[in-house]
Amino acid sequence: MSTTTLTERSDRSTLFDGLGRYIPIAATIGLLIAMYAGGLANYSNFDNPQLIADLFIGNAALLIIAVGMTFVILSGGIDLSVGSMMAFSTMALAWMTVELGLPAEIAVPVVLVFGTGSGMFTGAVIHYFKVQPFIATLAGLFLYRGLTLQISDRDVSIREIEFFSWGMDRVEFGNVREGGFSLPHISFIAFAVVIIAFIVLHYTRFGRSVYAVGGSEQSALLMGLPTARTKVGVYAVSGFCAALGGVVAAYATRSANPLAGVGLELDAIAAVVIGGTLLTGGSGFVLGTVAGVMVMGMISTIIAFQGNLNSWWARIAVGVLLLAFILLQRFLGRSGEKRKT
Amino acid sequence: MSDEPIVQMAGITKDFTGVRALESVDFTLRPGEIHAIMGENGAGKSTLIKVLTGVHAPDAGRILLDGEPVRFHSPGQAQAAGISTVYQEVNLTDNLSVAENLFAGREPRLGPFINFRAMRRKASALLDQIGIDLNVAAPLSSYSIAMQQLVAIARAVDFEAKVLILDEPTSSLDRDEVEVLMRVMRKLAGDGVAMVFISHFLDQVYEVCDRMTVLRNGKLVGDWDTDALPENELIGHMLGREVETLEAIEHRPDRWPPGDAAPLVSAEGLGRRGSIAPFDLDVREGEVVGLAGLLGSGRTETARLIAGADRHDSGSLSLDGSKLRGHNPRTAAARGIGFCPENRKTEGLVPDLSVAENIVLAMQAARGWARTIPPARRDKLVAEFIAKLDIRPADPHLPVKNLSGGNQQKVLLARWMLLQPRLLILDEPTRGIDVGAKADIQRLVNELSDDGMAVMFISAELDEVTRLSDRIAVLRDREMIDILGAESEMTTERIVDTIVAKGGEQ
Ligand SMILES: Nc1ncnc2c1ncn2[C@@H]1O[C@H](COP(=O)(O)OP(=O)(O)OP(=O)(O)O)[C@@H](O)[C@H]1O
Ligand SMILES: [Mg+2]
Repeated sequence: MSTTTLTERSDRSTLFDGLGRYIPIAATIGLLIAMYAGGLANYSNFDNPQLIADLFIGNAALLIIAVGMTFVILSGGIDLSVGSMMAFSTMALAWMTVELGLPAEIAVPVVLVFGTGSGMFTGAVIHYFKVQPFIATLAGLFLYRGLTLQISDRDVSIREIEFFSWGMDRVEFGNVREGGFSLPHISFIAFAVVIIAFIVLHYTRFGRSVYAVGGSEQSALLMGLPTARTKVGVYAVSGFCAALGGVVAAYATRSANPLAGVGLELDAIAAVVIGGTLLTGGSGFVLGTVAGVMVMGMISTIIAFQGNLNSWWARIAVGVLLLAFILLQRFLGRSGEKRKT
Repeated sequence: MSDEPIVQMAGITKDFTGVRALESVDFTLRPGEIHAIMGENGAGKSTLIKVLTGVHAPDAGRILLDGEPVRFHSPGQAQAAGISTVYQEVNLTDNLSVAENLFAGREPRLGPFINFRAMRRKASALLDQIGIDLNVAAPLSSYSIAMQQLVAIARAVDFEAKVLILDEPTSSLDRDEVEVLMRVMRKLAGDGVAMVFISHFLDQVYEVCDRMTVLRNGKLVGDWDTDALPENELIGHMLGREVETLEAIEHRPDRWPPGDAAPLVSAEGLGRRGSIAPFDLDVREGEVVGLAGLLGSGRTETARLIAGADRHDSGSLSLDGSKLRGHNPRTAAARGIGFCPENRKTEGLVPDLSVAENIVLAMQAARGWARTIPPARRDKLVAEFIAKLDIRPADPHLPVKNLSGGNQQKVLLARWMLLQPRLLILDEPTRGIDVGAKADIQRLVNELSDDGMAVMFISAELDEVTRLSDRIAVLRDREMIDILGAESEMTTERIVDTIVAKGGEQ
């Protein structure tokens, strides 16, 4: 039909535009490699592959929760209730199995459904009543912690429950003494969550509307995307992940501690941000979050190897990194805006 | 083509806090017709569309679609019922790719999973159909507003809807794209699609529309067949007063005998790779220099270099004869170069701040945050510009996001005019502004330049450029190909000829 074709190339090459959003995640991975190389150079035994594997054992629950947090942050929200929700889920499991004598096969789904449902409720409150996510989920933070302490204010052991021994059963990869390593089942739960989250975020309509809503909720609405469903959905995902984190914690410790996961929501947010996801939403990757969790784990590992530093140094390092990554994003964001001529 | 209306809106009333945007408005749309909704800025055109498509709930009135009463609660529902809309502000998510924006919410899938390859293929085919060639995998943010607007249109057209609504779709488009759009619209009308077209470009409205509904201050004035309503009568209906004054702004001949005064700002070999080829340009005090060229020809890029918004990588820029170093938007503002960018949504206004706060923002920034403007002076200045630009509603305390599109644009203009820069660069200042207000703005530009302000004026409307400018720099393919200055050269035809001729040489 038309004889002229309107062509427009952005002033930088589109290759660069496409790659721009990978810079934060590349920085995180680079950092991870640098830390590992530094560890190798300075400490003997650092080359033990079990060291990497261990990152996914101690941090399995954190990883799962951080994946849920990635959904929420990508959509432009925040979820502060996840640490409390995790503790509540573990405690509820203990209560149902030990006190009520319910089989764990029933208790676990109940806890997961409850986590998902209360996430949906929070999301609905945020969307329909236009409550700030910060406030709505802060309420959740207090509420679930209170409920947990209401059930028990001291540790409840679930050692007697046979079901929970499966989680720490190990799968060996090669002979552990000859350069192999082993991973417990909970790590595989975490991996499965990551893979599913990746597929959902990148290859489903729900996932893409999470990005769209995070980019501009107003635009997403006017484009006819289901913003209500999306926003409720991300908090449901986060609630589910928090509850699953609670189940994993039950596997890992075989007890329920009412004060477990205090401040875990902040660790999860830190991991997401260090993993390159923009706090304002719309940009980031779930694999970045995996790298973020690994960086945080690696910091602790190095400090443990160093031996003469106390563990608070890990906090300091995370703080510094967070600042660095937020500045990096700010800088990239600025150059991104310039391109919109 | 049946005569049964496809959309009927009756007695629609919509109140926003303190403002009655629509009062008992009726509107009828028939299959296969292209129907214009006309009215001044703030008349309620966009609100009517938003009530129809479920963005706003009406306070009173009925909506019938195909004779059935309907009430949509979200644009998604309206879309599902066959009403596809391009809203006034380009509403896409620029963090996603072009292809994703085109198909968001209806991506081709394999089972539950999005088939990206098919999506990119369909996206290219769709853009090809309306004659645009973009890298569909690139993020939308890498393209200009005009391209984004075309993408939004392509998206809406592809829904194969019964009703297609275009709210100022052409505000940042050039002739060629408008031509393409009109061809698409006529074809759709032939297929029986009903269309609503909102635009402040009267010539476009007359060219493509069959009927017009005119709104004024939220009330229905009436509807007419296009043939039965000559332009001056239409304007009379829109403004509610007679209009002899409108065309009074003529080109002011020979105010500037060439080469007379020393240049205020002068660019020598100024350029930026991939953005605009090196060019020479002088702007003298009190002179209006127009930039003309097609979409993507480098108009905005030229302006951004001079305003310091982009860094130049060749040549130099001098002010009052001395070379500028470390040129960036801050220093530019301090040196008296004001730049009013074309994208009010992302580069201009702070939606939640009030009209007054938005207007004084740049002035406050220029003074430094410690020295606040005395409230009395501030109120006086704000009131003055609200009156001069006829910003409506004339309430300085209203959040700017509650203003109609055209009135937001006026707020942005007021901000830069208030600063009284020595050189004011206006990039598409009259976009989305109604006929009356356009004349006001043109008059204001004349006034400012008479007072000695130098102005660079960018507009896709060549009439406007020729009317206001003392000299016109013509751009093509990111290169400044000519500067027209003689009186005889200041015509639309001459500009078009220049662009075409240079194209032929290559
Ligand atoms: N969300 C809102 N909140 C409050 N007032 C609003 C809102 N949206 C629009 N208005 C007011 O409603 C009136 C009509 O606005 P509308 O956007 O429909 O005008 P318009 O005819 O589309 O004008 P334009 O040509 O400038 O786009 C204006 O007075 C505007 O200030
Ligand atoms: Mg409007």
